[in-house]
Amino acid sequence: MVDKNQQVIDKTLDQEYKYGFTTDVDQTKFEPGLDEEVIAKLSKIKNEPEWLLEWRLKAFKNWKKMSEPTWAKIDYEPIDYQALSYYAAPKQKKNDSLDDVDPEILETYNKLGISLDEQKRLEGVAVDAVFDSVSIATTFKDELAKHGVIFCSFSEAVQDHPELIKKYLGSVIPATDNYFAALNSAVFSDGSFVYIPKGVRCPMELSTYFRINATNTGQFERTLIIADEGSYVSYLEGCTAPMRDENQLHAACVELVAHKDATIKYSTIQNWFSGDKEGKGGIYNFVTKRGNCLGDNSKISWTQVETGSAITWKYPSVIMQGDNSVGEFYSVAVTKNKQQADTGTKMIHIGKNTKSTIITKGISAGEGQNTYRGGVKILKNAENAQNFSQCDSILIGDKCGAHTFPYIDVKNPSAKMEHEATTSSIGEDQLFYCNQRGIKLDDAVSMIVNGFCKEVFEELPMEFAVEAKQLIEVTLENSVG
Amino acid sequence: MIKIKNLEASIDDKTILKGIDLEIPAGEVHVIMGRNGSGKSTLANVIAGNEAYEVDGGSIAMNDTDITEMSIENRALEGIFLCFQYPVAIPGVGMAYFLRSALNAHRKHQGKDEMDALEFLNNAKAILSELGLDDSFLKRSINDGFSGGEKKKSEILQLLTINPKLAVLDETDSGLDVDALRTVAKGVNKFKNENNSVLIITHYQRLLNYIKPDVVHLMIDGKIVESGDMSLVERVEKDGYSWLEK
Ligand SMILES: Nc1ncnc2c1ncn2[C@@H]1O[C@H](COP(=O)(O)OP(=O)(O)OP(=O)(O)O)[C@@H](O)[C@H]1O
Ligand SMILES: [Mg+2]
Repeated sequence: MVDKNQQVIDKTLDQEYKYGFTTDVDQTKFEPGLDEEVIAKLSKIKNEPEWLLEWRLKAFKNWKKMSEPTWAKIDYEPIDYQALSYYAAPKQKKNDSLDDVDPEILETYNKLGISLDEQKRLEGVAVDAVFDSVSIATTFKDELAKHGVIFCSFSEAVQDHPELIKKYLGSVIPATDNYFAALNSAVFSDGSFVYIPKGVRCPMELSTYFRINATNTGQFERTLIIADEGSYVSYLEGCTAPMRDENQLHAACVELVAHKDATIKYSTIQNWFSGDKEGKGGIYNFVTKRGNCLGDNSKISWTQVETGSAITWKYPSVIMQGDNSVGEFYSVAVTKNKQQADTGTKMIHIGKNTKSTIITKGISAGEGQNTYRGGVKILKNAENAQNFSQCDSILIGDKCGAHTFPYIDVKNPSAKMEHEATTSSIGEDQLFYCNQRGIKLDDAVSMIVNGFCKEVFEELPMEFAVEAKQLIEVTLENSVG
Repeated sequence: MIKIKNLEASIDDKTILKGIDLEIPAGEVHVIMGRNGSGKSTLANVIAGNEAYEVDGGSIAMNDTDITEMSIENRALEGIFLCFQYPVAIPGVGMAYFLRSALNAHRKHQGKDEMDALEFLNNAKAILSELGLDDSFLKRSINDGFSGGEKKKSEILQLLTINPKLAVLDETDSGLDVDALRTVAKGVNKFKNENNSVLIITHYQRLLNYIKPDVVHLMIDGKIVESGDMSLVERVEKDGYSWLEK
């Protein structure tokens, strides 16, 4: 049985990546290379105010002095930052009407199952579509505006709401925070912006769909979400990229700010191309995500389902500044073939009675390496802080690995901490049980794995929970024999 | 129904089954008794196709189709059902979802339409009430945190839902209180008819007070050494197995 399993695991991963096609569009693309001039040119195309260019240049100056972090359990050839292009955009300008969007691009989104046509769109979900370096279209803007909700591309926000951008940009992730965040701050090209006014419960799910298409191009987007007092928003991002032989760099920043009594729920379904079975190609996903529970009783909840990317380096974190604020992190990370994921979270308790929950499910198949790295920090004044962490790993086959690195730092003795961790192999006896009931092996594996991930999937908005389940099924097809 | 000829099987190069011959015609209930470790569960597992065991010789046929080499799920779809001695938990997988997937896999194989959720639910609820289980049972993760008795009843619930051709009950009576035993027996009696067969593996007479067997087999060290009627059960209860060893 074991040998047979191994054979099929080896065979597995001839699996087609469904989203691996490329789109042929007329594009404007910068020559490879990065210096002050490139940044100035980018800022000019975007018609940015002077202060923003200054901000970028300062970040760039800092970045040059920094070095790439090496502490993560990931292994890759050094990235040549001068060999990348820092801007690629379809020639057509963004317009208010979908009629003006290149039909090739609309077709791309259709193929991805994302209709930008409001009539056909899933009920109650507004989409911002980011293609390479720019936002192509944002749906339901008018509908949202009636509630005072601002949902637009980052570039538009810079033009239309500069005061908000100036106030919040870099307020959660300083431009000098880390190597990849500094790079992003210098060269970010677009992304999404959300503002929910006081007391408003956002009437629909908001989502951004990121697509990398161009070759040799880094994608550096920036998302900023502000939930004003007593507001609520649920936001989802999805990501795919074509299959290409070379690795592509994706270094995003996401900043969330929750004011008093506000709640932000941020979900990610990440399905970037993960490279072929020899480990060739795939996205390098180096992402900085952080939320600040600024006001009392605020709540930020991250849910992520990570199935793609050659390398994932990502630690969505929450700073619980307000009293009684809540931080949550729910994660499913799947690695197969030669994928590597080093992911986790940081929960920083500053306010009193703050509470955090961490639930992670790592799934490794093939030669995948899956690392959970999580930090919980209870500061001196955080009276009665509570953390619950549960980190489970499941192994499929015997060539993969799961690793757990919890870091705990408690400066206030009233803290209540609970940590649980388990690692198990997918049980032959569980598979036998399912098979004996007439359930096929593939179905049995996805059933068992989906069961394993249940607590996390339950945190996803309904439509996306279904998508996540299907994604796991496709990803693990043939991973056991 | 099932015809087993000179079956030999081993695990980790250790021979467990040493030439089993067993034939159960449709409509009959057979019983296997035997000492701990004599190979009863091994036989049940080999019938179900558990790949942890190596078949070293002999054959198994279901209704004249040789299934010795058939995959686990195909045998299941051909009508073999095993009530496990120790059913395994699958955390996070809901009973209803699991059961409906299993049922629909069978229906698909039989060329029938999938059963819709409502009809499935109504069927399942009727069976649950007969087994003295609450509807909320369907919402629990399969075998996860079930009591011993609940596990056995869950196996019977599955048996009655899937309605196979051959049910192999591996110590389904063990660990049950008097009422639960009666409930399980009622379930098995409900299942059996002239077109299907039952193989009961047990250590005790008590279940057989409710389910009348047609043939009783006694197993020693991987072989069936004696076959007969209910009187064999009484003899075992009284004298154990040592009288068979000679
Ligand atoms: N997975 C296994 N690995 C090693 N030995 C095994 C394994 N499964 C069964 N055996 C051995 O095979 C022999 C028969 O076991 P089996 O479980 O079939 O007995 P049984 O008749 O069902 O016993 P019981 O009445 O205690 O349930 C035993 O000696 C047992 O230790
Ligand atoms: Mg046994």
